[in-house]
Amino acid sequence: MTQSYKDEFVENAGAGNAARQAWLSTLAKAPASEVLRLWEDVVAPESQVLRPAETGMVMVRGRTGGAGNPFNLGEMTVTRCAVRLATGETGIGYVAGRDRAHAYVAALADAMLQSSVWRDQVRASLIEPLRKAYDARREAISRKAKATQVEFFTMVRDRKA
Amino acid sequence: MAYVAVKGGERAITNAHAWLGEVRRGDVAIPELSVAQIREQMSLAVDRVMAEGSCYDPDLAALAIKQARGDLPEAIFLLRAYRTTLPRFGASRPIETADMAVQRRVSAAFKDIPGGQVLGPTFDYTHRLLDFKLAAEGGHEVPPAPVSEDLMPTQLATIAQVFAHEGLLEADPVTDSDKPPYDLTREPMAFPADRDQRLQALARGDEGFLLSLAYSSQRGWGSTHPLCGEIRMGEVCVGFMPDELGFEIELADLPMTECIMLSGFAGSAEQAPQYTRGYGLTFGHNERKAMSMSIVDRALRGRELGEEGQAPCQDEEFVLYHSDVVEASGFVQHLKLPHYVDFQADLQFLRRLRREFFDAQSKAQALHMKEAAE
Repeated sequence: MTQSYKDEFVENAGAGNAARQAWLSTLAKAPASEVLRLWEDVVAPESQVLRPAETGMVMVRGRTGGAGNPFNLGEMTVTRCAVRLATGETGIGYVAGRDRAHAYVAALADAMLQSSVWRDQVRASLIEPLRKAYDARREAISRKAKATQVEFFTMVRDRKA
Repeated sequence: MAYVAVKGGERAITNAHAWLGEVRRGDVAIPELSVAQIREQMSLAVDRVMAEGSCYDPDLAALAIKQARGDLPEAIFLLRAYRTTLPRFGASRPIETADMAVQRRVSAAFKDIPGGQVLGPTFDYTHRLLDFKLAAEGGHEVPPAPVSEDLMPTQLATIAQVFAHEGLLEADPVTDSDKPPYDLTREPMAFPADRDQRLQALARGDEGFLLSLAYSSQRGWGSTHPLCGEIRMGEVCVGFMPDELGFEIELADLPMTECIMLSGFAGSAEQAPQYTRGYGLTFGHNERKAMSMSIVDRALRGRELGEEGQAPCQDEEFVLYHSDVVEASGFVQHLKLPHYVDFQADLQFLRRLRREFFDAQSKAQALHMKEAAE
């Protein structure tokens, strides 16, 4: 089972942004503790904070009946940050929750992933492990759920006439 | 009457709060609860606080529960108050619950629903006997949950999708995808309320209130003849488009519970008869709330479906004006705050009424005596 990036998303993003969309989503969804632990092994270049990490909210919308017109379900906390590398790449981090360091690392990683100099390092030491952990967690849940699926059987009475 | 100044009491309040802190901590010989322990081990309380607090953040909800000494409406109030301090970055793309990574999905209506009946981590079928193993000091080993060799399908068809081709169930047409839905956090309650407004209010609504309304409906006060089409619980992807990016990213996979309740048939000269539906959706794992919400949602659709109901659950003003636990709790509990002036005014008025009553009585008595004497 792999992380699903919906076709619609990819279309919205255009061909050029699909990869960026994927790593930004991975960074947004990963637990802050995991991101920060992996980040310890990353050597980051000089950068400048364009917008310091800030926590706010995104209103989560549901659909009437599950597939109809939207309605406002409730909000979720989100933290964002923007940085620029000395070489010019701008990184944007949007992460679930209120961890400012998580948003800062996401922004810095986004900037580095846009640079051919830093891309491979960040991919190998941050994005790939995060994605593997995500997939492993989802898979474990999926297998547990599958184990609770009811198998109906029908009692057939074999009565001799 | 002189105005009674309500001032002072600072020392009493400070001391009362200090005592509250002490009582909250309880016996110091017992280890203190951490927020993480509440988040992990009181997870359904956390889910309820997030749903009615209308803010998804398990750490904040756990902190609120700790601060409120486990009083969930108080914790919901704390979370609601906190959210007002944060800016809003925008709104998500409407979620697709059909794509949920399902942990539990049962249909009481249709045994052979494609994808099967998946029980997930449920209290159902437990015997409700207290488990004293959980009381053992030092805890006990939790045996790991069995895992299947197979995976769940990545997408489970919903009950609506299963019967879509036959038209047996009403559809959810997207008629107005551009119109931003009603937002009770920005606009006051207004009537008549459309379904988007009602669903938001119900999603934030008090679980106990909605449960009782749903129960009253089932018992005949505005029955909708519900049949549980489907309950599903699992993680749903939330997509959001930050302005500075210009494309959407996936922000989170949030656990949610959804209920689709099938209800009485509706049909007309133009429209073939089909099931109507009620809808429930909450953050976290909260089936009682999602089911109650779906029954009340359906009951409130009377106007649209040409039903003339007089029961409480069918009256949208009654339901929506009284469903919010923060408002209800605030209005009932404000009565314990100083009402000295009201009381003094009442007393004066009451004393005058009594004086007039006794005056009239003694006058009548005097008249009676006089008549008797004559």
